[in-house]
Amino acid sequence: MAEIGLNHYLTLSALVFCIGLYGVLARRNAVGILMAVEIMLNAVNIALVAMSRYVGPGGQPTGQIFAIFVITVAAAEAAVALALLIAIFRTRGTVDVEEINLLRW
Amino acid sequence: MTTEQIVWSIFFSPLAAFLLICFVLRPAGAHGLAGLATIVGVAGALGASVVTFLNVLAVPGHELPLADYPWLTIGDLRLHLGLAVDSLTSVMLLVVTSVSLLVQVYSLGYMAGDTGYSRYYAYMALFTTSMLGLVLADNLLQLYVFWELVGLCSYLLIGFWFHRPAAAAAAKKAFVVTRFGDLGFLLALLALASVAGTLTINELFTEHKVAALVGASFLGVTALTWVALGLFAGAAGKSAQFPLHVWLPDAMEGPTPVSALIHAATMVAAGVYLVGRMLPLFQHAPAAMAVVASTGAVTALMAATMGLVATDIKRVMAYSTVSQLGYMMLALGLGGYVAAFFHLMNHAFFKALLFLGAGSVSHTTGTFDMRYMGGLRRAMPVTFWTVLLASLSLAGIPPLSGFWSKDEILATALAASPGLFWLAMATVLLTAFYVFRMLLLTFTGEYRGGGAAEAAANGDAAQGADAHGHGGVRLHESPSVMALPLVMLAAPAVLSGLVNLPTIPALDDFLMSRTVRETLEAHHVAFNPLLAAFSTGMALLGIALAWLVYGVKALRADSLGSALGGLPYRMLYHKYGLDFLYEKVLVGSLLYTVVCGLFAALDRYVVDGLVNGAGQLTRGLGRGLRRVETGQVQAYGLAIFLGVVVITAVAIVRG
Amino acid sequence: MDYGYSLSFYALAGLTVLSSLLVVSLRNIFHAALFLVLAFVGIAGIYLTLNAAFLAVVQVLIYAGAIAVLMLFAIFLTRNAMAQGNPPGRLQASALITAGLMFIALAYSFANSRWAPGPATPPDIGPELLAKELFTTFAFPFEVASVLLLVAMLGAILLARE
Repeated sequence: MAEIGLNHYLTLSALVFCIGLYGVLARRNAVGILMAVEIMLNAVNIALVAMSRYVGPGGQPTGQIFAIFVITVAAAEAAVALALLIAIFRTRGTVDVEEINLLRW
Repeated sequence: MTTEQIVWSIFFSPLAAFLLICFVLRPAGAHGLAGLATIVGVAGALGASVVTFLNVLAVPGHELPLADYPWLTIGDLRLHLGLAVDSLTSVMLLVVTSVSLLVQVYSLGYMAGDTGYSRYYAYMALFTTSMLGLVLADNLLQLYVFWELVGLCSYLLIGFWFHRPAAAAAAKKAFVVTRFGDLGFLLALLALASVAGTLTINELFTEHKVAALVGASFLGVTALTWVALGLFAGAAGKSAQFPLHVWLPDAMEGPTPVSALIHAATMVAAGVYLVGRMLPLFQHAPAAMAVVASTGAVTALMAATMGLVATDIKRVMAYSTVSQLGYMMLALGLGGYVAAFFHLMNHAFFKALLFLGAGSVSHTTGTFDMRYMGGLRRAMPVTFWTVLLASLSLAGIPPLSGFWSKDEILATALAASPGLFWLAMATVLLTAFYVFRMLLLTFTGEYRGGGAAEAAANGDAAQGADAHGHGGVRLHESPSVMALPLVMLAAPAVLSGLVNLPTIPALDDFLMSRTVRETLEAHHVAFNPLLAAFSTGMALLGIALAWLVYGVKALRADSLGSALGGLPYRMLYHKYGLDFLYEKVLVGSLLYTVVCGLFAALDRYVVDGLVNGAGQLTRGLGRGLRRVETGQVQAYGLAIFLGVVVITAVAIVRG
Repeated sequence: MDYGYSLSFYALAGLTVLSSLLVVSLRNIFHAALFLVLAFVGIAGIYLTLNAAFLAVVQVLIYAGAIAVLMLFAIFLTRNAMAQGNPPGRLQASALITAGLMFIALAYSFANSRWAPGPATPPDIGPELLAKELFTTFAFPFEVASVLLLVAMLGAILLARE
């Protein structure tokens, strides 16, 4: 078992990202999709923090600061997305993305 | 004024008249002053031309040094704007301005009361400007510009009465037919610019330019020959040489003074002028020279035969013009530089006179058809006597001007080519015959009713041609503004031959200016009394035959016409079928049916097909692709990430 | 070799991956949300192994706390919308392939990237340093982020209002 290094974290990040991606593309419930999006964002954060720890001269907090901004934006996104979702549910009576298909020919 | 300013004023004075009419007189409604403006403008040009002529005469070498101005530089090709005045130019200036002035004066009477009076004089001023610009140009591009401008004026003036379908059609025909020749001219210019690298006329004559032109070849023929043939094609179109002569007889639909000025004296001579001007180049291309000479001879004979049967007085003159221009081309083709321009000058005077005489006759009778004229000798003595003099001059009876120049051409032909000489000699006989047929039909015998009779014969009330409609009522001499130019033109028509008598070849010496003397091989043929006597005899024979048929009617014209089953007559009457060939076969069948059919098919199936195909393609694509737009947001997301994968893959593969 | 460190990494990574997989594969949306919280906690643990204690706290507070609760609210509010919970869609197979390809692309890229070598020992990045950076170097983005949050809050209220 090799010593834990940057590549381990990056692989974990990629794996979690792709799991989230699958969730976004494959599930039908809009709330489930939102949760998958959050997973993707977290995967990116793992990569950022790992970079901050392993890459470049030490003592640079930029990666973590980036992660904080990502969290902030993710919170905003989640709030707006859920509000939208509720609005859609109210008008169309569903959160099934396969039935929300107004944007088509 | 300096010499140079005087030369420029020749050009600018009629231009000023044109601009004045267009921008001041017509907007102000002062249409009546247009004639005066043009006459003053042309008179100014004539005055300046006379001074220039005297200046040229005084300078040794007979060339005025004039500055030119840079215009365009394209690579190595430097184009200039400039005027060149040598002896030939100065003679042409005199001919153009004097004939133009007399025609403008004559038009005061002829065009009086016409609704397009000021428009007519504007065109005439523009034409005179362009013709002077053509003659004065010191390089071929400038010459070409004015060449096209006179063509435009010709078009505008032939179609002056554009409300008459025949006039509109004739104008179009003149424009289109000359276009064929002008294409050759343009190609020749391009060839000259690329091979010789200059378009300045005198520079082209230098030895190394000629060597460059002889050195290059295309399809086994030297560039020089191609250039010469191209220039001749332009000249043949403008000067109505076979096979492009068909437009000139139709051009008689224009007002008669226009025919006199443009289609007899000046513009149609531009082709001869061009070939003559470029003769130092032509002489190095024997093949082109042979083409020029034989085309000239064939045209001369052919047009003369067609002139035998025309019944329209102006058409007789038109065929005569074509024929005489053929003479000039013949002379040029055989190297007779002076002979050609001598004849050009004489012809300008006597042919303008003949046309103005024809206009005078129709002004009174209301028709151009000689079958409805006759007996006008007593009613119109001035017209009769002046036309008689011009006719004798045209027929070549000594000592009138036509005799001297025609004789020089014949002598040149005899010395160079016996075959062409006999063609020319036959033309002498025919010329004398048709011109006296015209004279006898018009002025002798009984009056046959004029325009009224013609209208009755045609079974309609429409007035023939540009007649002014007092035919048949009271025959009278034309007003003095019309009679005076006739008399004034009669003087040069009779006397202009005297400038180049065999014993005192003044014109010969004058026209051989320094450049011409240096670049052109002299072709001076001595006067041959025997030849002169022979050609005079032929002319007299022609006159006698005409007298027998149309004067004393010893031979009946009808029986002559039906000789050999009437075939020769019909052939001549239908102009050798050339109009039929051009209009029905070439244009009607070949052009419309085959070529236009091809293009129509091309347009319909290929071009439209492409356009419609493009439309169908996008529509089909849209119809197919819109299925992709499912509105399923996840499908879009899938596409985005597949795209990311593909881009990453490409980035990895390409390193 | 620090086995304790390695062990904790693998444990936390396994927890995170497993929870995430359950989040995207469970039909019961409520259970999925609970596993989402677990995944967030796992990630917080990962942060700890990276010496990012402050982030770990933030992660638990915001994700495991606030956002997860927000998700649960959303589930409750749309409870009757989908009787079948969170079923897989028509694109399930293609999604799987795309995700797989994406992972290959990412892994290949990471494996072939040359990073600047970092410090041997974990740098000490405490809340003090982060706060200093946030309010000096990143002051402007920080303010923009605060405006973004305000706008998002107002927008959410406006959208969700009856």
